[in-house]
Amino acid sequence: MSTASTNAGARRGMKIDLHVLGPILALVALIGIGIALNSNFLSYGNITNVLARSAFIGIIAVGMTFVITAGGLDLSVGSMAAFIAGLMILCMNLLVPSMGQSLGVILIGIAVALAAGLVAGAINGLLVTRAGIEAFIVTLGTMGIYRSLVTWLADGGTLSLDYGMRELYRPVYYDGILGVSWPIIVFAIVAILGEIVMRHTAFGRHCAAIGSNETVARYSTVAVTRVKTLTYILLGCLVGVAVVMYVPRLGSASASTGLLWELEAIAAVIIGGTVLKGGFGRVWGTVVGVLILSLIGNILNLTDMVSPYLNGAIQGVIIILAVVLQRKGSTAT
Amino acid sequence: MTRLTLTTTLAGSLLCSVALPAAAETIGVSIPAATHGWAGALNFHAEQTVERLEEQYEDLDFVLTTTPDPGTQISDLEDMVATRNIDALVVLPFESEPLTGPIQRIAESGTWVTVVDRGLSQENIEDLYVAGDNESFGRTAGDYFVETLDEGSKVVVLRGIPTSIDNERVEAFQAALDGSGIEILAMEHGNWSRDDAFTVMQDFLSRYPEIDAVWAADDDMAVGAIGAIEQAGRQDEMWVVGGAGMKEMVQRVQDGDSMVPVDVTYPPAMIATAIELTAMGLMSDGVPMSGDFIIASELITQDNADQYYFEDSPY
Repeated sequence: MSTASTNAGARRGMKIDLHVLGPILALVALIGIGIALNSNFLSYGNITNVLARSAFIGIIAVGMTFVITAGGLDLSVGSMAAFIAGLMILCMNLLVPSMGQSLGVILIGIAVALAAGLVAGAINGLLVTRAGIEAFIVTLGTMGIYRSLVTWLADGGTLSLDYGMRELYRPVYYDGILGVSWPIIVFAIVAILGEIVMRHTAFGRHCAAIGSNETVARYSTVAVTRVKTLTYILLGCLVGVAVVMYVPRLGSASASTGLLWELEAIAAVIIGGTVLKGGFGRVWGTVVGVLILSLIGNILNLTDMVSPYLNGAIQGVIIILAVVLQRKGSTAT
Repeated sequence: MTRLTLTTTLAGSLLCSVALPAAAETIGVSIPAATHGWAGALNFHAEQTVERLEEQYEDLDFVLTTTPDPGTQISDLEDMVATRNIDALVVLPFESEPLTGPIQRIAESGTWVTVVDRGLSQENIEDLYVAGDNESFGRTAGDYFVETLDEGSKVVVLRGIPTSIDNERVEAFQAALDGSGIEILAMEHGNWSRDDAFTVMQDFLSRYPEIDAVWAADDDMAVGAIGAIEQAGRQDEMWVVGGAGMKEMVQRVQDGDSMVPVDVTYPPAMIATAIELTAMGLMSDGVPMSGDFIIASELITQDNADQYYFEDSPY
């Protein structure tokens, strides 16, 4: 009997650790596998690649963490990113003849992307809160709308940024400070600010309160409508930021831009320990989740171990495993 | 000029029975939605052809639908037959297997059926088959690699979305390289997407210190691969061959870009060929039009690139 109880105690202690450390352990395990499989895995180039390509989904996923914590969901972010990228490229191309290939055009392009993100987020938010439609349905609708709009803008083809502008704008993705490229820096800033807002501000606490019980939150004088709308606006703005980093990479947008980004962002949020039903959010967990997803793809590309047909299956297994690890912990505690 | 092979068999009698004077004829066109550059160009050419033919023939109507998946395409076809009473159907099946049954039923009801590019899984259903040649697409690229590269050279391959089209191309490419001493280091799916190809190519560059050439198998993927190679600063070490004939890529071939020496065609305008032939068969009595119409893949080089550059096309 005494052995059984000590066992139980020890196991419970481990489970609590798993709940918090689950995603980190999965990340460390992946890094270990990567090192074992390929000596270039830890090279400066590869690490920069993985972090920089994580930045788009990562920046969006930080915003998604707030939406999901407040009990919402946004399926439109991938299409929204494609639409904003298309809009931004069109605006910049239109301005080149009058303003020349100048910094001003880039700044206006960035302003257009951020403003479009804000408006698109506000539309989602207001339809959810004011019109009282389910977030799933609203954003499923806007997902289709934005995807069609970008296809229409591009005439079914690809929108490409003016060649000279592309050269001028290129450093925003490829250059950086002290060898750390801009997308990584922006991702880090967004993640740190997100973590602070989630943990140390009234807005973050209100999100969690609304997500766990909206009625109780309303009785506790939380401005439910306003906070919920703000989460969608915040997410929209962050989609704008992600697009600002995305466009300089290849200087183009098409109907296939941002395909399935919404699901990757949602998966990253859930792997990170945020509860899909809302009520609890963890921004640093989301960052870990994004890195896990990127690393799986990276490692699969660096080896021949698995048939490329099975990449999706491996990703699926790891996503489920990462969540199972922490859910076991959370049910015990 | 594009080399066309037209095999026709007699079908005049069938056409005569369909065409009634003064009554308007309707052609249904069902193609995949513009989810990537090539499909976008397909939509562009389909719309253009429909507009042109509606002006040309007063008695000809068109129903054009674009579809995001096989299920929707089956519904589209059912709607066309039920509500628009189509006389002929031009269809690019999203996938061969699920569409074979529905198209067969339409063909059995006496409607003229033209199948484009993706063949059905059973033979002799369609009246006219218009397609690109995936085998020649892979072989043309492979032959260029064999001619240009030395023995012992190392190449990487970006594959498309896992489909029979992709398999046929890759098998033909591998067959062309067989015995040449050129080593294929790795093949991964870039899904005919710029972003996916960029990511895969970045990882190939981290993994292999020596790469002599890249078969990107699609011009969108070539754009992504070139982005990754330029980022790594290795553009002097290797060149990239895409495919399909996107106008930016044809332009680069024309300009003598050392990274893009050639391109291989797979013309999305084949949908225009299919619609034109179907309309001609429907509107001109007694013109034999059934059979296979296979459009070969051509190698675009600096010398002939001007023939493949289309200013107005979005692709």
